[in-house]
Amino acid sequence: MTQKKQLNVSAIENGTVIDHIPAKSLFNVISILGLHKFDNLITFGTNMESQRFGKKAIIKIADKYFEKDEINRIAIAAPLAKLNIIKNYEVIEKRVVEVPDNIEGIVKCVNPKCITNVEAVTQKFQVIDKKNVSLKCHYCEKITDQEHMIYL
Amino acid sequence: MKNKSLVAINDLSKEEIIKILDLAEEFEKNPIQNILSKKVVATLFFEPSTRTRLSFESAVNRLGGRVIGFSEAANTSVSKGESLKDTILTVANYSDLIVMRHPIEGSARYASEVSPVPIINAGDGANQHPTQTLLDLYSIRKTQGTLQNLDIFLVGDLKYGRTVHSLLMAMSNFGATFTFVAPKELQMPSEYKIYLNEIGLKYTEQTDLNENLENADIIYMTRVQKERFSDPVEYEKVKNVYVLREKMLQNTKENMRVLHPLPRVNEIHADVDKNPKAYYFPQAMNGVYTRMAIMSLIFGLQ
Repeated sequence: MTQKKQLNVSAIENGTVIDHIPAKSLFNVISILGLHKFDNLITFGTNMESQRFGKKAIIKIADKYFEKDEINRIAIAAPLAKLNIIKNYEVIEKRVVEVPDNIEGIVKCVNPKCITNVEAVTQKFQVIDKKNVSLKCHYCEKITDQEHMIYL
Repeated sequence: MKNKSLVAINDLSKEEIIKILDLAEEFEKNPIQNILSKKVVATLFFEPSTRTRLSFESAVNRLGGRVIGFSEAANTSVSKGESLKDTILTVANYSDLIVMRHPIEGSARYASEVSPVPIINAGDGANQHPTQTLLDLYSIRKTQGTLQNLDIFLVGDLKYGRTVHSLLMAMSNFGATFTFVAPKELQMPSEYKIYLNEIGLKYTEQTDLNENLENADIIYMTRVQKERFSDPVEYEKVKNVYVLREKMLQNTKENMRVLHPLPRVNEIHADVDKNPKAYYFPQAMNGVYTRMAIMSLIFGLQ
């Protein structure tokens, strides 16, 4: 009875692995993709040591492949994220996310006097800085930067 | 511009701006015309604004149109909790054009997206007020004979003042040189200075209103508001520094004119009013011609 109990989070047979997520953005990525509503087997690890980020997070989603537009939505929270597409335990494709020119929904406008924070109006932004991710509101024209982003 | 909304000054190209100013000039020569006789214009003022509302209504009336609307939200369905969208969709049934002032920023853009009739933004919070900018441009061109290469002094609250930001953006089409005169707390935001650097226009900053006025073609005054200061002591220190007095105009150029979007409180002393270089009341008159031009272009009439 000395068999060591081990939780196997390492490999998935088929699905998607999202790597290089900044640890602090993990739950934002989960909520942007709506993973909390999935029935698929999902494992994630966070606060893993990373040379690039300090602390990174990783998500593994079994039996799920994302469309490009769908996955690019996470770019504002994890602009350097990498995707591994897995089939039969093999990585068959690697992808990076692209920060889109415009985004709808996902985050709140930082301006409390903006119409999107007063009426039921879908947030729309122009991405004016793709590197540091800062967003210009289509309606009130105020800038929401990464530091002040509140995810919907 | 036909059937299009006017939400922000940067929605207009340089050519469209000039077209509006040219047409406003025609209206100034011949301000009583019956071209809006079959039109109903709604003026929805969710917050009060005497000058803007009256000049729009005056413009419609002089062109033979009819005006419906309200001047504050208190006695309307808005106070019962009606959404802006519902108000706009309802009023669009009763009118051919909606002029709207609203305290919430971005409300005009949103209204223009849901409305079946064109919207003219008459001010959405601290965001945009394009018809003010157009009447400022009209006043500058009329008094200087050109918009090109002028020396513009912007004075007062340059940090929060939406009129100075819009004027700066519009005048940057015409190669202006800017002087920013403001207390340290209220200086021009860096995004505008970066923009001027990028397009290669010169600007200087100073805190003393008395300096360099002899260079100015236009002195554009704005109010320094007490509520903008976190430290009341700082306000007390600067409140009397940004007051323009007649004696300060002595060495200014002949063509120089003093502009102000109004209402003024004490930033232009009453002794300036009688000086021929004071132009803020004629500037308010120009608002009528400019708004006539904007509305007739939106209606596709001339």
